[in-house]
Amino acid sequence: MTLLTAVKVKHYFGGLCAVSDFNLQLHYGDLMGIIGPNGAGKTTIFNLITGVYRASEGSIRLRNTELVGKTPHQITALRVGRTFQNIRLFRDLSVLDNVRIAHYAQADYSPLEALLHIGRYRREEQRIIENSQRLLAIFKLEHLAGETAKNLPYGLQRRLEIARALAIGPELLLLDEPAAGMNPNEIDLLMEFIQWIRTEFKLTILLIEHQMKLVMGICERITVLDFGETLVEGPPEVIQNHPKVLEAYLGEGPVG
Amino acid sequence: MSALLRSGWEWFIAQRWLMMVFLIIGFVLAFAIPEYNLLNKYVQLVMMYVGINIILTVSLNLVNGYMGEFSLAHAGFMAVGAYTAALLTQKVLPIAAHPWLFPLAVLMGGLVAAVLGLIVAVPSFKVRGDYLAIITLAFLMIVKSVIENIDYIGGPRGIPGIKKLTTLPWVFFWVVVTVWVVRNFVYSKYGRGVLSIREDEIASDLMSVNTRRVKFMAFMVSSFFAGIAGGLFAHLLQFISPRVFDIIKTTDVLIMVYLGGIASIGGSILGATAYTVLLELLRPSTVAAMLAWLPAMVFDPLNEYVISHLGVWRMVIMPLLLVLVMLYWPRGIMGLREFRWFVPKRDMEAHHCLNKPTGGSHDAADGR
Repeated sequence: MTLLTAVKVKHYFGGLCAVSDFNLQLHYGDLMGIIGPNGAGKTTIFNLITGVYRASEGSIRLRNTELVGKTPHQITALRVGRTFQNIRLFRDLSVLDNVRIAHYAQADYSPLEALLHIGRYRREEQRIIENSQRLLAIFKLEHLAGETAKNLPYGLQRRLEIARALAIGPELLLLDEPAAGMNPNEIDLLMEFIQWIRTEFKLTILLIEHQMKLVMGICERITVLDFGETLVEGPPEVIQNHPKVLEAYLGEGPVG
Repeated sequence: MSALLRSGWEWFIAQRWLMMVFLIIGFVLAFAIPEYNLLNKYVQLVMMYVGINIILTVSLNLVNGYMGEFSLAHAGFMAVGAYTAALLTQKVLPIAAHPWLFPLAVLMGGLVAAVLGLIVAVPSFKVRGDYLAIITLAFLMIVKSVIENIDYIGGPRGIPGIKKLTTLPWVFFWVVVTVWVVRNFVYSKYGRGVLSIREDEIASDLMSVNTRRVKFMAFMVSSFFAGIAGGLFAHLLQFISPRVFDIIKTTDVLIMVYLGGIASIGGSILGATAYTVLLELLRPSTVAAMLAWLPAMVFDPLNEYVISHLGVWRMVIMPLLLVLVMLYWPRGIMGLREFRWFVPKRDMEAHHCLNKPTGGSHDAADGR
């Protein structure tokens, strides 16, 4: 069953074509990687899927809903969670609040109930706190619930960002360079961790990564992007030796 | 000794039921003070100004502190509330026969201001920071010149002879309502949305926060209470004109917000109180009255060369205070902190009970 389809997606920044012909098909439960040289348009793809940018042309469909033209919070409410290349936590807020904010769309109460703290407010807030604490416990962050997010060490901030993305209750999780700034040992742990959340939360994962070890190690399929165009798509072993990929990364012509 | 004081304070702030006791004592005093003249008229007047300024400060803090925007329109909303309420009591409602209609007039002032708040919220979808500040400044100027050009409401001359309907109990009532509603708003999903917009608007949108709706609500609640404060202000000063609600009025409220500290209701209450009282203390007559016990030999020259000039100097001293606060105390009295009684118990427990280390340091927890 297909979860996400992107067909002939194009995006321009002014006159510059950032994404020229992007195609993707993602099935339920897939773990797919997007790789490509710097400036290939990888993060732009994430921004197009999540509605930060509106695709100039083409179609992106989640289940049976067209995503192009929807705002980020509408798309997020369709159960798409994401993390960012440079950590974008709510730095001055507590760890707990970071996770609670991501429950916005699920919290089922009206503005009036919020202003007067009546009706469904109490039940919903209690549920949100319990769910946030459950997530923090899974990520071993529960003892830091009251801590300000910016005071956490780098590794924990990355982990909190994933916890926050999962608070949305996503079916599709987009990870933008989750291994950035990690040493090989930490990358091994991260690989196990991604596999684990994938089964635990029944996720479909799309990830951008430069660390070949991680991409080749856990992704079942890989899409190679160059100059905003889908170059090749296939399993890691095919990608590794594909002439087009080698060309994109290493340049043309005979080696030696 | 200090340890004893500290534990005493800890015990005190843990007793949340005391809040209700203080609330009841407050209401009783608000009725008793004017009824039995427990304090002189001047002190009563200052108390009412303190109350109105608390309403203004808490409501502006919602936009400038919690949401991190820089709105200069607050005096404009206040003007709208003041004019609406004053017109209702002077020309529409039969107030002479039914003084109990006064709260209705104030409420209407708040509602009209809230509707205008929606209009100001719209540009905030597109622009932030300095640019939004300029737009709100333009709004303030528009409000002022519109009022100046409508002859029916007195034009630049304003509305004189408004009945004095604002009383201490009413001010206290509205202060309580403001604090309660703003606090409820802040500790809801919308309030957390407001905070997340201050932190990172795009990330906030991507975490499912409907940023437009949240901005609408924040501006509406904020301008509603500015309108309420305006209505109370008009019926206390008994005279309003467009000049009363210029940029200086907004600046006053800004000083109170930043002195008290951003994103803090407790801070806003303290900031508004401290600023209003300080400003009153710098009046020549007040200072002269306070220092009257000095021997004439000292008092007379002091009065002649210093005290009598304070009227000019207090408008220098107060802005100077703002500069010093910004430079050396940017967080103000309680910036980003909250008085515990205002934090819902649920939020408090969720943050604090789990805040005790459950064995192991950060590093130990870091290994997945």
